Amino acid sequence: MKIVVIQRLEPVLTEELELSDDGRDIDREWIGFALNQFDDQALEQAVLLKESNGATVTAIAIEDEGSDKMLKNALARGADAAFQIPLDADDVESRSSRALAPLYAAAIRTLAPDLVLVGILSNSDLYGELAPYLGAHTGWPQISAVTEVRLAAGKATVRQEYAGGRAARFEVDTPVIIGLQTAMQPPRYVAGSKLRDLLKVQIPELEVDGAPSADMSHGTTLALPDQSAGAVMFDGDADDIATSIHNLLKEKGFVQ
Amino acid sequence: MTILVLIEHYQGGVADGSLELLTLARTLGGPVTALVLAGSMADVATLAAGLDADTVLAVAAPAVARYASSVYLRSLNAAIAACDPELVLLSYSTAGIDLAAGASVATGREMVAYVTSLTRHGAGFAACSQVYGGKLLATSTLPAQGIAVVMPGAVKAGPRSTGDAPVQTLTVDLGPDGCIRHLETLVPESGGIDLTKAARIVCVGRALGNTDKLPMAEALAKLLGAEIAGSRPVIDAGWLPKPRQIGKSGTKVKPKLYLMAGVSGAPEHLEGMGESELIIALNSDPRAPIFGKAHYGAVCDMFEVMPTLIQKLS
Ligand SMILES: Cc1cc2nc3c(=O)[nH]c(=O)nc-3n(C[C@H](O)[C@H](O)[C@H](O)COP(=O)(O)OP(=O)(O)OC[C@H]3O[C@@H](n4cnc5c(N)ncnc54)[C@H](O)[C@@H]3O)c2cc1C
Repeated sequence: MKIVVIQRLEPVLTEELELSDDGRDIDREWIGFALNQFDDQALEQAVLLKESNGATVTAIAIEDEGSDKMLKNALARGADAAFQIPLDADDVESRSSRALAPLYAAAIRTLAPDLVLVGILSNSDLYGELAPYLGAHTGWPQISAVTEVRLAAGKATVRQEYAGGRAARFEVDTPVIIGLQTAMQPPRYVAGSKLRDLLKVQIPELEVDGAPSADMSHGTTLALPDQSAGAVMFDGDADDIATSIHNLLKEKGFVQ
Repeated sequence: MTILVLIEHYQGGVADGSLELLTLARTLGGPVTALVLAGSMADVATLAAGLDADTVLAVAAPAVARYASSVYLRSLNAAIAACDPELVLLSYSTAGIDLAAGASVATGREMVAYVTSLTRHGAGFAACSQVYGGKLLATSTLPAQGIAVVMPGAVKAGPRSTGDAPVQTLTVDLGPDGCIRHLETLVPESGGIDLTKAARIVCVGRALGNTDKLPMAEALAKLLGAEIAGSRPVIDAGWLPKPRQIGKSGTKVKPKLYLMAGVSGAPEHLEGMGESELIIALNSDPRAPIFGKAHYGAVCDMFEVMPTLIQKLS
């Protein structure tokens, strides 16, 4: 059983997001990037399947600042191989899932896995999420919002989640694309020593036969939401804030 | 040209999100077609009763009696081909995620997701969406014949129709046995916890970090006579049990008091608690989206404010 797991960097949302001059994108110059939280889960699920079923795990990413380190992290966590898909920054107008899906799909065709695991969404998926795009570009079945994956006899059994915590279990023929929400165990920590061992390792490139597709980013503008109608803010130090909340709770009759 | 709305349902009831889409389609104007997939024509008739649509397009087959992404996608693509709609509306649900991007590639249509408002704009539509966990708003122009995935709660569902729309049957090649086969439906175990009944809730987010500081939040909840709850990452990490998850894939609550600490206010969380009567949010990030929703807030370290508040309440 061969598993491909996709790893993507995305802006750290606790940092202040600034917009580019034309308002079409965030200003990527100063913002920190980290592994997409759902791709983190996808990696964990892939490694869990390797441990339970002896699958081989290949992590892939589109080449970008930090992608090399991210893939080394995947190797340290248990991936058997890792590849970067080269992308000339001048060739891309947008890095949306819709735009980049053909490149990932081409890599998947080259690697020919039984299972592709990718996080259910990334926080800039304005034009749709990656897993269903990969399903469409590969012609393979796709299932998202998955919270359990088990493998047996060339088939996968998955648990798909719906509103209110309802769920259903499905048997899925492979090859299949899975948009993972949560792995069956929380992502493991990786020892710094393991990462240091990988410092000198070169992550090879995987040349693929595909080009980014168009999306609607040329007609999209971003803006900070107007929060003026939002919360009444309590200022001061911790004691001032606690006093304000206490007073509010008294005023509203929640406490004496 | 019609607006096509995918109707989702569970145990014979139409999902609130689908009813909201029908209302949105009516607001946009023009004929509305509701796409209903069910196990039999009798089930279609039950689901279609009172839908505010001009036409119900029905796919009736045992394979679509329950939701499965593969057969639903084939049906949606066939429906789009059959009625060539000027707009396709899906709800931001598991089905919405599963189907919209696939249908957009298969039918050659543009799509936009996380839509909070949609209006006519020239020959197409202007869409406003929430991106980056609700930290930014995106305004895009969706050309005619596009697909929009709309956030639950973006529109309030209007009243059910008194008449029934005519039903047209659509025959779809659903494939041999489907490559994604439903095995069982799983109902969440409550473990005796029902947060929908709680009048007061203290909710902690990922900022909790681990279970070391959970007793602090629990102590605060106890002093307030509140139930403790968590955002999804808190439940995924195993710090609190699943029935204590608030949000899209957890429990939807409407308590009198919702005191939240270290929760960013992602749209999926707001979906579960946005209608709480009094929301107080503690967050260290002044730009956290939750401050756009909460009634009261403070930019602070929750681990400094919570113990002080506990002292005052003790
Ligand atoms: C299909 C789907 C369904 C989902 N369903 C749900 C759901 O049901 N419920 C849900 O909650 N999420 C759900 N999510 C996940 C959702 O998208 C967010 O990822 C999640 O809500 C984020 O949780 P959080 O706010 O706790 O964490 P984060 O977004 O990481 O926010 C942590 C916050 O803590 C603040 N913080 C950090 N340190 C401190 C401190 N010391 N003091 C105060 N504040 C601090 C940070 O500024 C940040 O705002 C779903 C996602 C998908 C795709």
